[in-house]
Amino acid sequence: MSERKTGKHALGTIREEPVIDCRGLWKIFGKRSEEAMRAILADNLGKIEIRDRFDCVVGVKDASFTVNTGEVFCIMGLSGSGKSTLIRHINRLIEPTRGEILIDGQPVNSLSARDLRQMRASRIGMVFQNMALMPHRTVLENVGFSLEVRGIPARSRIETARHALEVVDLEGWDDRYPDELSGGMQQRVGLARAFAADPEILLMDEPFSALDPLIRRQLQDKFKSLSQEMAKTTVFITHDLDEAIRIGNRIAIMKDGELVQIGTPEDIVTNPVDDYVADFVAGISKLNLISAARIMEPVERFDGQDRTGWPVTAPSDELEYLVDLSIGSDDPILVKDGDREVGVVTSKTLLRGIKGEFDNPMLQQPEGPENG
Amino acid sequence: MAEEKSFSLLDPFSTVDIGLEDSGDTIKQWAIENRGSIQPFKIALNDLIVQIESLFLAIPPTIMIMIFALIAWQTAGRRTAIIVIVAMFVLGFLSPQIWALSMTTIAIVVSAVVLCVIIGLPLGILAGKSDVFQMILRPVLDTMQTIPAFVYLVPVVMLIGIGNVSGVLVTIVFALPPLIRLTSLGIRGVDASVVEAARAFGASPRQILMKVEFPLAIPTIMAGLNQTIMLSLSMVVIASMISVKGLGNEVLRAMGRLDSGKAIVSGLGIVILAVVLDRITQGLGKTGRNKDHRHWWQGGPVGAVLRLTGANRTSKFRKQGDTQ
Repeated sequence: MSERKTGKHALGTIREEPVIDCRGLWKIFGKRSEEAMRAILADNLGKIEIRDRFDCVVGVKDASFTVNTGEVFCIMGLSGSGKSTLIRHINRLIEPTRGEILIDGQPVNSLSARDLRQMRASRIGMVFQNMALMPHRTVLENVGFSLEVRGIPARSRIETARHALEVVDLEGWDDRYPDELSGGMQQRVGLARAFAADPEILLMDEPFSALDPLIRRQLQDKFKSLSQEMAKTTVFITHDLDEAIRIGNRIAIMKDGELVQIGTPEDIVTNPVDDYVADFVAGISKLNLISAARIMEPVERFDGQDRTGWPVTAPSDELEYLVDLSIGSDDPILVKDGDREVGVVTSKTLLRGIKGEFDNPMLQQPEGPENG
Repeated sequence: MAEEKSFSLLDPFSTVDIGLEDSGDTIKQWAIENRGSIQPFKIALNDLIVQIESLFLAIPPTIMIMIFALIAWQTAGRRTAIIVIVAMFVLGFLSPQIWALSMTTIAIVVSAVVLCVIIGLPLGILAGKSDVFQMILRPVLDTMQTIPAFVYLVPVVMLIGIGNVSGVLVTIVFALPPLIRLTSLGIRGVDASVVEAARAFGASPRQILMKVEFPLAIPTIMAGLNQTIMLSLSMVVIASMISVKGLGNEVLRAMGRLDSGKAIVSGLGIVILAVVLDRITQGLGKTGRNKDHRHWWQGGPVGAVLRLTGANRTSKFRKQGDTQ
């Protein structure tokens, strides 16, 4: 599993320090889960055999991944693939059957109940698909909940909660109740609640899935700018690959409880490990994912041609930008890394790139999706 | 025991006697023998009831009606307050003696309900939290609700003697189950995702109970409290058989003398008391926002006083954890 990890990222805010380190995590639901686990380890039984022989369901199957400081790590999968189960292991809302989760090197599953509560209240914020706001509390009381359970005095709690509401553009709604707010506003309260304690880690369990497309888009943008600003280590669950690509620095694809591929959005789209992932990425627009470096041809092929009038681009520029250049000129596009000419993109290569065909690439280091 | 008659598979019951009735009767014996140990408890409870009763009797009826009206206004709104005032004046004019008898009955009911809440809430919460406890408790509650009152009347009288304390105890046996059942139901009905969110933000089990589950269960718990009050009132006639004073005793005596006029008057008194207590407690189950204001202190007489003194404007944000 973990050997397949192909992600390479060169972002400023992301350091190669795992904040969350998930090692060989298994979760089996059912009364005889321990028995089933031993049988899996001994005899390598499959999902169906486990269901029939032990009446147990395999929720998460040997998941290993790391999330680095400031990184947004998306876990993408269809409903029932176990992604919500997986994310709940990080703050130990669910106990694993096997394996461990380390947060800053500390195993979550050996924390005492008290330390665990302390960690949940101060270091991990969580946002839920169905908002899960408390209907009997005002917006402000909801946002201040994690501060309240830690016994922070009312005055500073209110101040912090008000500030969190300002961040999500909900100032003035303090004294309302959740059911007086629209769905999008409720989820912004959910975001504010997760931000309020200024945690290092955010767990987002399909936060925008229940919203209509326009509001979803707005909240995605809002979240993107906030997460860049605050540089929170984020695990983001979604069933929408577009969303994963827009938001994630790296993406893990989950299928039947198993992480089938982990990589940058570009990796996943250009190098799907199997047909399942390939099916997923088939309909995805490559315009904002693939960089010039990925599709360009060697500059030597165009030796002897006068390249002075050609439009110039950088290796990290995306296809979208190349298309614009190509529309404005009949000449091929010259890719320059600083002053050095590194490659050429003709309109033919560009069109092939948009279709997702790169059988003649100069294999260069893939670039990160964005520079923070 | 049963070997002398020929045992028949088709009718096994008439030939076998395990002697349960005789051993059941020993409860009575046990009750008589243990009377002494229960006395301090009895005296304390009796003092409490007598004090509540004398307090109610000391307040002049018109003032008492105003107090009830204010409580009704606070819990259920102005319309209910007017209903309460009218009902209680009608009650008072039914007969010259009826006011004092009603106050005695209310005192008994209030004592019984207070004890029901003290016993019932913790049991209900436990039953809401634990499936095992719920499973054990259910047949007990079934028994308490369905077993004829006369069955436990005798042992209770043997143990404690006749009077108010026994009356309150038998009332509790009959009136407690709905409060426990509905408290459990209310706790179980709280949205699991909200509880999960509370957990995810670091709440301890106690904080989850006090800040999330209990407040969200309050409408259901209040429905249970309402039922408990109604059942307590319906017990007053039976309790009067063990010499509990009040309206129930009047009904019983009138029945004995075939005095249907007196029976009707006292019976109507019980009905009016039931209506008053029901309307007041039904309002408790509604949140402030069903009553057009945001917090409980913003409505009713409290809200009116606060508005007059100008305190409401500054109390926009109160301590968290208010239950309305």
